[in-house]
Formats: sequence, structure tokens, C-alpha cells
Amino acid sequence: MELKDKLLNSYLAFQEDYALREELHQTRLDALKVFEAQGFPTKRQEAWKYTSLAQLLQKDYSLFPKTSATSELRGVKPYFLADVDTYKIVFIDGVYSPFLSDTTHDGIDACLMSAALTKPKYRKIVETYFNKVVDPTESLTALNTSYAKEGAYIYIPKNTVAQKPIEIIHFATGNETAIWLQPRNLIVADQNAQVQIIERHQSLKAHEVVTNSVTEIYAHREAFVDYYKLQNDLDTAALIDNTYITQETQSHVSVHTFSFGGKLTRNNLNFKHKGSHLNSTLNGVTILEGNQHVDHYTLVHHSQPNCESHQDYKGVFSGRSHGVFNGKIYVDEIAQKTNAFQQNNNILLDDKTTVNTKPQLEIFADDVKCSHGCTVGQLDEEALFYLRTRGIPKKEAKALLTYAFANNVLESVQLPALKRRINGVIASKLGVNLGFNL
Amino acid sequence: MLTIENLHAQTEEGKKILNGIDLDIKPGEVHAIMGPNGSGKSTLSSVVAGNEDYEITKGSLLLKGEDLTELSAEERAHRGIFLSFQYPVEIPGVSVTNFIKTAINTSRKAQELEEMPSNEMLKKIREKAKMLDIDTKFLSRSLNEGFSGGEKKRNEIFQMAMLEPKLAILDETDSGLDIDALKIVANGVNTLRSKDNAIVVITHYQRLLDYIVPDFVHVLFDGRIVKSGTKELALELEAKGYDWIKQEVEK
Repeated sequence: MELKDKLLNSYLAFQEDYALREELHQTRLDALKVFEAQGFPTKRQEAWKYTSLAQLLQKDYSLFPKTSATSELRGVKPYFLADVDTYKIVFIDGVYSPFLSDTTHDGIDACLMSAALTKPKYRKIVETYFNKVVDPTESLTALNTSYAKEGAYIYIPKNTVAQKPIEIIHFATGNETAIWLQPRNLIVADQNAQVQIIERHQSLKAHEVVTNSVTEIYAHREAFVDYYKLQNDLDTAALIDNTYITQETQSHVSVHTFSFGGKLTRNNLNFKHKGSHLNSTLNGVTILEGNQHVDHYTLVHHSQPNCESHQDYKGVFSGRSHGVFNGKIYVDEIAQKTNAFQQNNNILLDDKTTVNTKPQLEIFADDVKCSHGCTVGQLDEEALFYLRTRGIPKKEAKALLTYAFANNVLESVQLPALKRRINGVIASKLGVNLGFNL
Repeated sequence: MLTIENLHAQTEEGKKILNGIDLDIKPGEVHAIMGPNGSGKSTLSSVVAGNEDYEITKGSLLLKGEDLTELSAEERAHRGIFLSFQYPVEIPGVSVTNFIKTAINTSRKAQELEEMPSNEMLKKIREKAKMLDIDTKFLSRSLNEGFSGGEKKRNEIFQMAMLEPKLAILDETDSGLDIDALKIVANGVNTLRSKDNAIVVITHYQRLLDYIVPDFVHVLFDGRIVKSGTKELALELEAKGYDWIKQEVEK
């Protein structure tokens, strides 16, 4: 059976298994129809020109994770942030792990989507935001919505600062030979609220795992949301990440995407503006090798005046890896005094790597500051020679230059523990033992 | 220390730049190499330091009797060769301190030595910075990024002081320096002079040699050393210009 048919047919069993109130049930059913009509995206669509899902879709995936999966803390501990106390919302093969999690209802809610979707006390929030931030016509988002059941639910009330960063971690155990996961996260930061979130998807052993994840983030007036995606999965894992953000006046939302692992990653990142004088930041560092493929597809829609957006994506590619950056910026006629900046720089370390980079600016306002730039190049030979004359061996010299190349994005990481972790990952990725934080 | 015999080198495209250089530098000596633009001064320093953009086609290059030609730039650095760049490269995101620590410790590691203990490292950094009148704030700035010409050159000599090379080649260290910066840099170099190391000063003008006084002066022309002498030769060049050498060579 084709995967699409399997997903459509399995839905009946899924909905029986999971009773929901009528309107949510309808939302899911509508979403399923969208997916049924559109199916999986193909390379014929402009937005998927450089990324093919065809190979992924040939496998037979288990859609309903077993509930018996458990993991000992020992095996998973390295994937948590060290030296910093965090709230943790942890899933194993899509199922919530109370043992590994550290959720809270103390001042803020950092808990489960399944609870939010079913319990009356979350009803108002769910009705207001669930599936309201996303683009409901997007096929993979709709597929996720139709199976939406579990994930992280985070609500930060007015004038509240989340006291600890929140880690959302999805582990895949490999107990099933192939698994299709569809986590669904909802994050709402109310007026003048602040929160830092770290999200990662991690296979514990090599097996086929595809994650089609959807995250909705709503930032009210003056809210601060600082979101980090750490993608360093095994090269048997694929991730389609669909993150939608709606921002109100004077809010700040930044999303950092660190793409180091996985065989195929697609990051759809969408910003919608519902207020003025707000700030959107999209930063990324991608370091790939082997046959890895990462596609960053960003959209910032400036629909209100006096807003700023900053995008800075750095890519370093070796082996036969393939990087894609497609950055769309729309500036509506009403969005005067927009300040939109976009930058994508890439370094190719080998002859067989590929990078496709495509800025798309559509500007309908006449008093705006918009700039974009993309470069594809190699490490500067002169700089490499300079470092080597100081006794730094070639491999370390290349690593140092690579690190320097990505540095302005790394510098903007606001969590020291995360910055240390990322520096460590980069060093091991580049095969060197250098403490970049000396 | 450094023995160069009949050295020929060309670019990757086959353009011949060095056409038979002979040079013998002994420990404790300071040699100045002068010459007009395009005579091969910077190429000579690049070739000695191990720049792979140039190919040695003939001749020999020995450091304390060891053949350097097959060694990489970093291996030559580990053996004590240092090149102060005419145009030091800017490396955003790597601080001066981080850079010098990395340089020292990766060098030590490559030679199977222990890393330098950090208190010893810091002490040395402070000491050498003071010698060159370098503010400690300067050390946390990104390497050469936005540095003035003088700051770049001072930073090169700071690195030399930290790495303690056996043979230091200073390529146009005076260019872009005002007189005060020139004095500081020259003082730094003079402090580092010893009977165990040697220094090659490459310069277009005689000015620097008032402060770093050479034992020998060589004139490079068309990829060859056409004249050698003592420091008086530099003064003569300053007075007469390079045309005089050119005419002499053509004769």
C-alpha cells in the first residue's frame, strides 16, 4: 500500500482510539481532506524543487507508536543540556515519557499537547490558537494536524518570565524498524512574557525514522520567544519541520536552527506579523557531510509597518552533501518602514557538494530598507596559509576558519550551556579537538 | 641557520619569480633584503614559509641542515620559522588570545608536547603584550578585524614574541606604520634578538633599518640577489634609488 493511502486508511482506527470534542474532530477531518487532495509534495512544485521526498515515501512505516517503549536515563542523558537546570518535555517514539520529563504548572504551563487538547481548562487557549497559526492549506502541515495528538504545550502568562529554559526532546528508539512520527507543539507567550525553548529530535540507534513536526508559536505584545532547534540526528533520520510564528506589536521572536545531522531535513519557517515595531530573527548554521541534505525554506511576511526581520544562515558543506536555502520576504504595501535583512553564506569544502540558494523579495511598499545577499565560496587560502605559518595544522586551521565563518550566528545564542554544546558538536563534526571558547 | 642555494621558484601558472637565490644566515644575525617592487621579496618569504602557491623548481632550502622543501607550512613553523605578513589576514570571530593559544597548543600537540598550562600562557601573554605596549582589551578583539595598519603589525610581532621562532622573516613590517608605531615594533624586534635566533627584514625603504640595524643588506632584483653588503648599502640605495642597481645589473 502506498504511504499516502496507508495514512488515509489508518485515520479511522486513529480517531476511534482517541476521542475528541466535536470541533477538534472536525479540524482534523478537514485537514485530512487537504492532505488527501494534495498528497505529498513533489519536486514539480516550486517550493520543493531541490528536495525530494520520493525515497522516504517508499518505506513502510509504523504510524502508531507502541506505548511500551521506555528508555533508561543513562542512554539519553547526553542529549540533555548539561550544567543548566531546564524543564523537559520528553517523548519516546512519540509517546510521552513521564520518567524523563520535568514538566510544570507552576506559574507557566510546560506540559503535554494531549492534555491541552482534551482537558477543559485548556479549552479556551486551544480554541484560540490551535491550528490558527499554521497555514492550513499546506499539505504536510495538514497531515500533521489530522494526526495531531501529542507534543509539547507551553503557555507563558502575561508578564511572566519562564525561570528555566524548556527542552522539548523527541527520542526514537529503533524498536520499530521504520517509524513515522508527527509531533505537534503549541507555544503561546502572552503579553510581556519571556521564554527560551530548545527542541531536538534524536534517534537512539540507526533505523528509518521520519518526523513530520508542526510547531505553532504565538507571541503577544512585547513577548520574547527565543527558540533553538538542534538538529544533529543519526544519518538514518529524516525531519520535516514546519514552524509557524505569529507576532504582535513589539514582540521579539528569534529562531536558531543548527543543522548538523540527519539524512534529510526540511525546515519550513514562517513568520506572520500582526502588529508593528516587532522583531523577527531567523539564524542558522548548517554543517553537512556525506550524503546529508538540508533545505531551509523561510518566509517572512511583513504585513504591518515599522517591523524588522533579520535572517543570517551560514552553511559549510563537504562530501556529497546538499544544502538549500530559499528565503522569501514579502512586504505588503501597508508595511512602510520595514527593515528586512537577509544573508546566506556558504562554503564548499569538496568538489561534489551542491548548494542552491535563492533569495526572493517581493516588495510592494515604497519606504523600506530591504537587503539580501548570498555567497557560495571556499575557505580563504590566504587565511589558511596565515594560520598554518603559526603552526596550526591544516585540519585545525580549516576548523578554526569554519568556526570563524559561523561565529556571528553562534555569538547570538543567548544560552551559554547551549553555546558550549554547539561549539562541542561543531568541533567533533570537523574532527578536531579545539576549545573554541578559550 | 638558514641556507638557501640556487633557489628557483615559480607560480602555479609557471611564472618564474625566483631565479637562483643564494643566502646564508647564521644564528644571531639580522639580514635585510631590499629591492624594487616585483623583484621577488615577498615571494621569497612565502617560499621559505611554505606557501603552496609556489613551486620550487631548483635549488635547496635548509634550516639547520634539514631540508624544508617537502615540509608543510605548519611543520616549518614547528621547526621555528615565522613569517610576519605584509598584509595580515582578518579572522572575525577568533580573538587574538584564542588564536595565539590555539597556535601554541596545536603546535605543541603536533610535536607531541604537553599543552602549555593556562597560567603560564596568561603570564606570557601579559608579559609580551606589555613589551609591545598592547592594551589587554586589544587581545580580546577579533584577530586583525578592523585593526589599523599599526595594530596589525604590532600584533604580528606579538605573535612572534609568543612563538619564539628561530628564524623570523618580517615582510614589509614598516609599511603602514607611523614613526611612533615603527619605534615600538622595532624595539620589540630588538628585544627578541638573540645569539640563537636570526631575523630577515624585508623592506622597500631604508627607514626601518635605522631602528632594526642589520648585519647584512642584500639587494634583490629580478629574482636574484644582485648585491650584498653591510648597512651602508641601505643608505646608498636610499640616496641613489633602485635605478642605479638596475643599470649596474644590465651592464
